[in-house]
This record gives sequence, structure tokens and C-alpha cells, in this order.
Amino acid sequence: MPNRLSMVVFSGTVDRLYPAAIMASGAVAMGMDVDIFLTFYGLDAFRKGQPSTNTKMDVNYAELAPMLAQLMREKNVPSWYEMLRIAKEMGKVRVHACAMTLDLMGLKKDDLDPIIDDVVGVGEFVSQAKEGEITLFL
Amino acid sequence: METAVKANVLIDARGSFCPGPLMELIRGIRQAALGETIEVWSTDQGSRKDIPFWVQKAGHELIGMFEGPDYARFVVRKRR
Repeated sequence: MPNRLSMVVFSGTVDRLYPAAIMASGAVAMGMDVDIFLTFYGLDAFRKGQPSTNTKMDVNYAELAPMLAQLMREKNVPSWYEMLRIAKEMGKVRVHACAMTLDLMGLKKDDLDPIIDDVVGVGEFVSQAKEGEITLFL
Repeated sequence: METAVKANVLIDARGSFCPGPLMELIRGIRQAALGETIEVWSTDQGSRKDIPFWVQKAGHELIGMFEGPDYARFVVRKRR
């Protein structure tokens, strides 16, 4: 059985992209493979240019956003994107774009950030996730 | 914090948040030669559990873990 962590990343807010990147880092550190399926707002956050400019936060915590952003700058916390990039460099992390969302938004793979490996349908992702031990929805 | 252990490589990961110090250690181990020792400094609370756990799982040797007032030091030998 593959030693794998699968994640469905539905949200495109920075406060949810961080746990996705941190979980991916922890998993590769422990020798696991990681599959990330980006859908809806999660995929929107990976449109070209978005990872470096996106500052969206969960609206419930909107008033905390400026303070958190300030603390992260002061404490030199790497961006979620940088963490994901490093995780990918260290282990087997595959980032998949949801085919349905891409079609819906009228986008092509070329419109997406190069960290994305491929475009897959939900069936393929689910059958891969089925082989692993952990699947998270973020 | 004085110890008799003298590592080949020192990684000062103080100020880096979980899982930063562990990731830096893994990178350091990959670059090191077999038998070399690597010392990591960490202020991250998670490191105290994560680093010894990873070292054991990855088949290396934790020569020592030294707790200081401000940060912890981990000395690891590359075993494979």
C-alpha cells in the first residue's frame, strides 16, 4: 500500500494554503508521497501570478489578517508557496488541477502556475487517494 | 551550553517555525557524507519531538539533544 497523503484544497485563502503546504512538508519529511488536488478557489489561488500576490484570508478572521501578515513578515515566515516548493524539491509531491474547475473558468494549463504537474479528473484523484491512508479536505 | 560533541556541519535554524528546522536537517543530511555529524539549533517547540522521531525513522543516529534556556541543539550522525 502506498504511503501517501492526499489533500483536496478547495479554499484559496492564505490561512488554508498554509496548512496544505505545512502538511505536505511534514509528509515528505516522514517519507510519504503527497497528492494535492486543487479545485474551485484552491485552483484560483494557483493561477499564474496569484501565489505571490494573494493576501485573501477567511472572512471570519478578516480583522486579524493585517496583524498576521505583519507578524509573518517580522518573523520571516516563508510563504506557503515557498514551503510547498521546498516540499516538492525534497520529496514526491504532485499538484493536480481539477479539470472541471479549469473548464468552468475557461482556463488552460498554461494559465496556471508551473508548480502544477497536471490536470486530472475527480475519478483519477479519488482512485489514487483510495490507495493511501490519509485524505484531507482543506 | 558546552558539550564535548563537535559536529561537522552546523545548521542554525533558530527563528524558523515548524517544520523548518526538521526540513533543514533533512536537507543537511542529504548533502552530508556517511558518518558525518550535523548539529541543528532550533527554537521551534515541535522539533523536540519531530527531530528525534525522524532521525529514528530515517535510520540515522541521534548523538544528543541538548536543551538550553533559549533553544535546543540536536546532534545527528548520518548512518545511511
